[in-house]
Amino acid sequence: MNPHIVLRVGAKLLIPVIVLFGLYVQFHGEYSPGGGFQAGIIFAAALILYALIFGLETVQRAVPPGAVHALAGLGALLYMSIGIWSMLAGGNFLEYKVLLADAQRAEILGIILIELGVGVTVATVAITLFYSFAGRMRPEQDGG
Amino acid sequence: MIEHHLPALQVLLPLFAAPLLMFLVRWPTLAWAVTTAVCWAALLVSALLLEAVWAGGPISYAHGGWEPPYGIEYRVDTVNAFVLLIISGISAIVMPFARDSVEQEVPRDRIAWFYTAFLLANAGLLGIAITGDAFNIFVFFEISAIASYALIAMGRDRRALLASFTYLIMGTIGTTFLLIGIGFLYMMTGTLNLADLAERLPAVHDTSTIRAAFAFIAVGVSLKLALFPLHLWLPNAYTYAPSMVTVFLAATATKVAIYVLLRFFYSVFGVEFSFGVLPMGYVLMPLALLGILIPSIVATFQADVKRMLAYSSVAQVGYIILGFSFASTLGLMAAMLHLFNHAITKAALFMALGAIVYRIGSPRIDAMAGIARDMPWTMAAFVVGGLSLIGVPLTAGFITKWHLLLAALEAGLWPIAVFLLATSLIALIYIGRVVEAAYFRERPAGAVPVREAHPALLLPTWALALASVVFGIHTALPIGAAARAAELLLGGYP
Repeated sequence: MNPHIVLRVGAKLLIPVIVLFGLYVQFHGEYSPGGGFQAGIIFAAALILYALIFGLETVQRAVPPGAVHALAGLGALLYMSIGIWSMLAGGNFLEYKVLLADAQRAEILGIILIELGVGVTVATVAITLFYSFAGRMRPEQDGG
Repeated sequence: MIEHHLPALQVLLPLFAAPLLMFLVRWPTLAWAVTTAVCWAALLVSALLLEAVWAGGPISYAHGGWEPPYGIEYRVDTVNAFVLLIISGISAIVMPFARDSVEQEVPRDRIAWFYTAFLLANAGLLGIAITGDAFNIFVFFEISAIASYALIAMGRDRRALLASFTYLIMGTIGTTFLLIGIGFLYMMTGTLNLADLAERLPAVHDTSTIRAAFAFIAVGVSLKLALFPLHLWLPNAYTYAPSMVTVFLAATATKVAIYVLLRFFYSVFGVEFSFGVLPMGYVLMPLALLGILIPSIVATFQADVKRMLAYSSVAQVGYIILGFSFASTLGLMAAMLHLFNHAITKAALFMALGAIVYRIGSPRIDAMAGIARDMPWTMAAFVVGGLSLIGVPLTAGFITKWHLLLAALEAGLWPIAVFLLATSLIALIYIGRVVEAAYFRERPAGAVPVREAHPALLLPTWALALASVVFGIHTALPIGAAARAAELLLGGYP
């Protein structure tokens, strides 16, 4: 198949590290620079690198465009649901401290869930952009 | 409890529904139904908000429980409650119209996406109007603009793509300028809250950074509101967008940008700085006058009625900016009134045109020859809207022109009063061309016979056409709201 052995091996070595780093940036965002937005892009970069080396079809078999779309919506919904949850719990929109009895733990829960929503949406939107530019989002419309 | 959350709900309703629609791609009618329900609910929220601020003064909502000026504050007073009502009112009325129109103009598998983008644009515009945070204004500008680019690009004509791209470039320059301006303000004052900015700015007014900030904000927002000569993106965007999008954007998008300019010039920088220290009156007034005159003349030469109305929209922006530039209560009242009156008038016109295009498939003036015999009700609505656009007494358009005249005379600028009468005649010419073609010409030989528009298209059109007459006779609500808003703007932040 692919003759570029250096690229293939290099990518295989790098991609797990990139994903791991993405997770670190995602869940360490409340203490250090980072957060959902940066982590989402790092995640998407891992997938895009994989697609560049091993082909779009291989990636789309693992991560189908339909699922990417759904996740993009779900991430945004998660974000806003937390806001609505805190409104129902008696606070203002996105006021995390009312979510749990312990205000400090509630703040952590709130920010982690919010950033998860951001991370999911940013990663999936970046992947959607890549899929669209790679031109295979809607094969039935290729002629148009 | 729910009253307390009204400001958050105003933006949250459309913003939350938008990603939900992504899961309704297979059920376009359901997507439409959800969008309609959300738009009407948003209208209810803005009506309640207007009622609340009318009775009890400004409302502040602290997001995340972070007190202003540290957190993001939503702040509703009479000025933006009025703007919110315009946006949510137009989007609620356009939705019954949208169903058939969008089904015809947008591919079936994209209808749910279309409504997703529509709700995002809607949420963005509502957000710009409601927020009391300068950076938040920029973010909502981008949300509404990016959604609008997608909406415009969904037009049937392939030129819609180019129109959308031009708008994208111009819009991005506009919002980037706005962001640079806000950055400068933040640099000098360390705050992003509009009310707090208004308090801190006088201490640093006399610096080149603040003057640069003012210039960037003025030019950036002027691009978004299509102030002549920065209007070049507008005619194509309105012409090639789907009918429903044109109705919605023409009635709301430029209005919201005008609101932002009003907010910055009057509330944040203050009247003395904007019109005293800096001679903005002398900058805006000539641009407004040219912006009324030239696009009006250009409109009379258009063969495409949609494009004609788009140029007319640029001219109408000129009227609003003219009122704005007097920096007087009467002038501001005229500007606020015209935000409202032009929104309903132009939406009625674009809707009537959309109903005609739905039947004959073309917005060209020759294709509309003799159409009044087959579609009497639709054309009658167009005529009513046209009369209001010209400013005939007993229509909403007259009320604005009357206040503009009063403001011009109050400022001792009688040539402007004459100019206003003369430019109304130009509007008479371009509306007259359509009326002449539709009523007095024969249907072209071989034209397919057409029927009257479907009630779903006709009823919302007539609702707005009647509104433009009702608000020309029964003027208490718009004049009352405009008077209060003008007072509030001239008073700075309370």
